[in-house]
Amino acid sequence: MCLAIPIRVEEILPDQMARVTLSGVSKIVSIALLDDVRLGDYLLIHVGYALARLDPDEAERTLAVMHEAAVPALLEMTEADGETY
Amino acid sequence: MAQLIDEIFRDAFDNPLLDQGNDQAGFDVPAGRMVMSTDGYVISPLFFPGGDIGSLAVHGTVNDLAMAGARPLHLAASYIIEEGFPLADLQRIAIGMGNAARNAGVAIVTGDTKVVERGKGDGVFIVTTGIGRVPPGLDLSGDRARPGDRVILSGTIGDHGVAVMSTRNNLGFETQILSDSAALDGLVADMVGAAGPSLRLLRDPTRGGLASTLNEIALQSGVGFLIEENAIPVRAEVAAACELLGLDPLHVANEGKLVAVVAPEAAETLLAVMRAHPLGRDASLIGHVTRDEQRFVQMTTSFGGGRIVDWLMGEQLPRIC
Amino acid sequence: MKHIDEYRDGRLAQGIAATIAAEAIGGRQYQFMEFCGGHTHAISRYGIEDMLPANVQMVHGPGCPVCVLPMGRIDDAIKLALRPEVTLCTYADLMRVPATAGANLLKAKAAGADIRMVYSTLDAIRIAEAEPARQVVFFAIGFETTTPPTAIAIRMARTKRLANFSVFCNHVLTPPAMRAILGSPDAPAIRLDGLIGPAHVSTVTGTAPYVSLATEFLKPVVVAGFEPLDVVQAVLMLVRQVNQGRHEVENQYFRLVTEAGNLIAQAAMADIFEVRPSFEWRGLGELPVSALRLRDSYADLDAERRFSIATVRAADNPACECGDVLRGLKKPAECKLFGTLCSPETPMGSCMVSPEGACAAHWTYGRFRANASGVAQKAVA
Repeated sequence: MCLAIPIRVEEILPDQMARVTLSGVSKIVSIALLDDVRLGDYLLIHVGYALARLDPDEAERTLAVMHEAAVPALLEMTEADGETY
Repeated sequence: MAQLIDEIFRDAFDNPLLDQGNDQAGFDVPAGRMVMSTDGYVISPLFFPGGDIGSLAVHGTVNDLAMAGARPLHLAASYIIEEGFPLADLQRIAIGMGNAARNAGVAIVTGDTKVVERGKGDGVFIVTTGIGRVPPGLDLSGDRARPGDRVILSGTIGDHGVAVMSTRNNLGFETQILSDSAALDGLVADMVGAAGPSLRLLRDPTRGGLASTLNEIALQSGVGFLIEENAIPVRAEVAAACELLGLDPLHVANEGKLVAVVAPEAAETLLAVMRAHPLGRDASLIGHVTRDEQRFVQMTTSFGGGRIVDWLMGEQLPRIC
Repeated sequence: MKHIDEYRDGRLAQGIAATIAAEAIGGRQYQFMEFCGGHTHAISRYGIEDMLPANVQMVHGPGCPVCVLPMGRIDDAIKLALRPEVTLCTYADLMRVPATAGANLLKAKAAGADIRMVYSTLDAIRIAEAEPARQVVFFAIGFETTTPPTAIAIRMARTKRLANFSVFCNHVLTPPAMRAILGSPDAPAIRLDGLIGPAHVSTVTGTAPYVSLATEFLKPVVVAGFEPLDVVQAVLMLVRQVNQGRHEVENQYFRLVTEAGNLIAQAAMADIFEVRPSFEWRGLGELPVSALRLRDSYADLDAERRFSIATVRAADNPACECGDVLRGLKKPAECKLFGTLCSPETPMGSCMVSPEGACAAHWTYGRFRANASGVAQKAVA
């Protein structure tokens, strides 16, 4: 029961619901498990409920960590192959 | 009642052969090879964004003929109608069919309607049969793919299946995606004109999606495939809907797309001709045929790793997990 | 798709994979278990194992709630659905899971049982509201990701006074299952060097519950997101921990997972559910304090009590090796039934029927690789 993806909040609705939209596809979901949901938040949606809110700063830091782990090896690969990455 | 229904179809299909009012339609056939195809349409819901069961019934059979490289000549249509089915809906379907047929340059020249008791049908079922003529010198068949041949896909996948699923209430998502339901005979005529002798086969990836089509061909021709995920066009909205529902676009039905297997030297020409046609704008070279005793369809993922692309098993149930 | 596509960058993946290859000590075997079915699926679907060096291997774990649901409970669900007054609402994943004598919910539905596939517990509540004459039973399964949604639905049913709604509860807990794997007498045979911890379960539970496991069993745990780059990054973090002799809980998925988790969700679960003394897990046997049931204060919404469900333990097909696969003792291709009697079309056990199951994932994405005997599984029409 794991499939869940982060989707942007487009509209807050009554009764602890919200409309979230991903690339033009919208769903109405429950936000009863979170507090203080705002427009523009990215929520992790699973079986019709928002379980967690994505932290955009931490998302950037995640990508930075990944780049850090990847770039030295990629640079070596560039030197070896003569291709630009 | 029978007369009312009769009138609805006569008016919508409006052609001299049908208007003769006989139980059969008589016509001369051109010399050369003819092909015939038939299909039943039982889709639910009957009306979906971008089409309905009627236009689908025309496009589907026209496309089956077109996959042989044939120009469609005539269609026949049979209706099994559930008692109590709203006449207004029937009219909508009939008009849609008439338009679809006209746009494809064919007429529904003969047909039949039957009414069954309430509960014994699902609104309406349609069976269409078509005949067409294959231009000389063309030999398209599912067993003709050879290692080294190129695979070209005419456009984006997943549109039809997602459009239909979006109307199902229990999945609860909204989208602007339209079915891609369309008659492909015009596109095929251009392709045959440009590269006929180099074409091995054409097939439209309907039920079971691109994945099932490639696996069928692999078995029929006794070959394998290697395709590139990055080369397969998928609309952002379709990709998003598939993410949400846990579907693989490769398994989702299409009703206005085709796969062409062609000799390598003609691939670029074919691609250019397809892209010049409105229904082939997003055509893409997605891979090639390989030697493979196991008949696998292998794919290099967008991520770089490898996986196989398998048949769709059973009915497509959106997964949660 | 923002916050999704960035984590599918194949080039970055190659870089991290190269780093893993550089840092993995030559001649040393690293074996990590991804606990969660979602990770199993991502690894297969993106071909991640192809990118890892040969001495770093993944072993599939039991974190697929469909896979670990015992047949007897599906038999119960089918019996419920066959009652003329019952409308059984279920997630689609359960429809084809084999129960006793080859039965399943899909066949029961075809035979006339009122079984409705739903995407969310909210749909089940809506059905109960719209059809007051029907006894609407929600077939609840899953780890801590689906449990809070069930809790909210139960609260809604109470607020709306829906007398025709109840829940057949089969929710299970992640830490006891991880404990069963790590502490199993078979554990040395599997030689696990670390665990990839579940992604979305952890958004609810937080990372705190894994600390005692890491300390007790001296195994590193890295909580990873579901996107392929998350998984590859987590493997790097595990390799580093092993090399450095550490056994800590690290959080790779910190953009969504915190140490404390979702307190609102935890409170809802604690309010509605209590822990069963014991529960049978398919493939893992009876595990103590590993599953949930409704508290007495919510007895009126408990389908087990309302319908006097008395579960009869059902034995799996003796040739089915799901148990060994779920515990990581066998790879799917090593099961005698894989690809012969057992395929997604004719599943013998739950590992094959759930798309997250190790066998289904291997079949769908990976069986072109040679199996244990060096023979790739044939394509089948």
